[in-house]
Amino acid sequence: MAYLVSHPDEVKVVSKRFGMGATDIDRYLELDGYEAVQKALGMGPDAIINEVKNSGLRGRGGAGFSTGMKWSFVPKQSAKPKYVLCNGDESEPGTCKDRLIFEHDPHAVIEGVMIAAIAVGAHTGYIYIRGEYRYLSVIMQKAIKDAYAKGFAGKNIFGSGYDLDIYWHGGAGAYEVGEESALMESLEGKRGIPRIRPPFPAVVGLWGGPTVINNAETLASVPPIILGGAEAYAKVGTPKNGGTRLFCLAGHLNKPGVYELPMGYNLKKMIYDVGGGIPNGRELKAVVPGGSSTPVLLPEEIDIAMDFDSVAKAGSMLGSGGVVVLDDTTCIVKFALRTIKFYQHESCGWCIPCREGTDWLKKTLTRFHNGGGVKKDIDNIYYLAENMLGRTFCPLGDAAAMPTMAFVKKFRKEFEDHLDGKPCPYERAGATEPVLA
Amino acid sequence: MRFSDEFETRFSEMITHYPTKRSALVPTLLYAQDEVGYLSDEVIAELAGRLGLTELEVRNVISYYSMLTTKPRGKYNVQVCTNIACMLRGGEEILDHCKKKLGIGHKGTTEDGLFSLEEVECIGACSWAAAAQVNYDFHENLTIEKMDKILDEYKKKGTQ
Repeated sequence: MAYLVSHPDEVKVVSKRFGMGATDIDRYLELDGYEAVQKALGMGPDAIINEVKNSGLRGRGGAGFSTGMKWSFVPKQSAKPKYVLCNGDESEPGTCKDRLIFEHDPHAVIEGVMIAAIAVGAHTGYIYIRGEYRYLSVIMQKAIKDAYAKGFAGKNIFGSGYDLDIYWHGGAGAYEVGEESALMESLEGKRGIPRIRPPFPAVVGLWGGPTVINNAETLASVPPIILGGAEAYAKVGTPKNGGTRLFCLAGHLNKPGVYELPMGYNLKKMIYDVGGGIPNGRELKAVVPGGSSTPVLLPEEIDIAMDFDSVAKAGSMLGSGGVVVLDDTTCIVKFALRTIKFYQHESCGWCIPCREGTDWLKKTLTRFHNGGGVKKDIDNIYYLAENMLGRTFCPLGDAAAMPTMAFVKKFRKEFEDHLDGKPCPYERAGATEPVLA
Repeated sequence: MRFSDEFETRFSEMITHYPTKRSALVPTLLYAQDEVGYLSDEVIAELAGRLGLTELEVRNVISYYSMLTTKPRGKYNVQVCTNIACMLRGGEEILDHCKKKLGIGHKGTTEDGLFSLEEVECIGACSWAAAAQVNYDFHENLTIEKMDKILDEYKKKGTQ
C-alpha cells in the first residue's frame, strides 16, 4: 500500500477522498460521489464538452492535449459503436500517481469514464490497469460490481434511459502499451504494437469504432469540473493550464511522495519546500521534471512554473508528473545509461530507428561508463539519439532520444571525465549513500 | 485441463465484455499463469482453443509482455526495481544483495524452487523507492536490511 503525505500548499481536487475510505461505494456517495454524472446526464453532450474545454483540463498522461478538444473530435454519428478507454497502464519511470487514485478513489475514475461516455455518445467504457497493479484491479473490479448493483452502470443508468457498460481490463507488463494506439492493440488481445495515425483513435479506434482515450488522472479530474464548474477549476491553475496535478516527488529528497499542487507551482519550491530538500546536506545536480522521457533540467533552470507551457519554454516537458531529483553524488552517465536500458528493454522493435537506436545507445553507454569510451562516442551518442527523433510510429523513440540528447548537451564535461579508461569518478565503496534513516 | 472455479467464472464473464473473444487474452494469460505457475504448452493449447486462436498467435502475444513466462518460476518471484527513482535510492545494491543471498542471478530460480529473482523496470513505486514486488505484493522504502528480513520471512512462510 502506498503511503500518503500532505503539505499546506496542496489543493485537493483529485486527492480529496484519499484516505477516507471512498473505495466503499456508500462512503463515496456520502462524499459527493456520482453526483457529477447525474448532473452531466442533464447537461447533454455539447454542454459537457464545453465545460471541460473551458476548464483548461489537459491530458495528465504526458502529452497535455486539451481533454475537451479531444472529446469534440469524436463524430456525432457513427456506424460502429463508440468507446471510452481509461489509460491506467502507468509505467513512465518516476510516475506513481494513478496508483493512488485507483487505490483510494476508484469510483472517481468510473465516474469520469461515465461522463466522457455521455459526452461522446459511447455506451461502453474500459478501464485498463497495468498487470503489476493486481491489488488495484481487485479494488476496481469490486467498485464496478458495486456500481452495477446500485444501477449506476448497465441498462438505463440513474433511470435516464441511457445504457452504459463499464468493464475492467488488465495488462501483463509493457510500458509501450501506455501509448494510446498500442493500448488499443493490447485491449484487443494482441502485442502492443503502435498503429499509424491518422486516422486518430477519436475516429477509428477500438475494433474500428471512434474511441476516446484518457489517462486515469484526467478522467478523475472530470467529476469535480462538472460539479464545481469550469471556471473554479481553471482558476486554480495558470492560463491554459487548468486545475491541479498530482506530482510524484522522487529521488534524492527528504520528503518524497505524491502531492496534489496547483498547475504552475514553482519547481524550486516543490523540491526545497514540499519535498523537504536534498538529504545528507548534498547539493542539487539535476531534475528530471516529468518522468524519464523528459529532458533534464540544471539547478539554474528550476525556478519555473510547473505547467505544460512553462516547462516546454524551459526546453523540457511537464510529462506525466514524475519529478526525479538527483543530488551531486549521481553519475549522469550512469543515469543516462539506466534510462536508455529501460527504453531498450521496452522498445517493441516495430520501428527500426527505435529498435536499433536504443540498442546501440545502450551498448555505447555501457562501454562508456565502464571506462572504454573514446572521444567521438560523445558525439555519436547525441547523433544516434537525434536520428531517432520523429522517426517512429509511437513516441517511445522520442522518449528515449530526448533525455539522452539533454544529458550530452548539459553534462558534456561529465562524459569527458569518463574518457581514456578513467574509472567513473562517482563510483566509490558503498555506491549509494543511504537516504532512508 | 482444469482451472479453478474462480478462474472459470471470471473467464466466462470476461469474454462477454468485448465484441471479440480474443480481447480477453492478455488478462486471461496472467490469471492462468498465476494458477499453473507458468504458461505451459498445455495452458497455451487450452486458451488458444477457447479463444479461437492458433497456438502461435498466443505465443506471439506472450513474448511481448514482460510478466508472462513459458518457464516455471519459484514460488516467490522477487522483482527488484532498479529504474531511475529506485537506482537513486539503492535499488541496485538491493538487487546485488538478493543475488548474493539467494545465490541466483537475473531470471534465476533457487534449487529448492522457493525463489526466483528478476531485475524489473519501473513498478510505479517511485515516491516510495527503493521498491520490489514479491509476486504481486509491493515492498517499499527498502534498505538492504529490510530486504534481507523480507526474504527471510518468505523463506519461513514457504518452508512451513
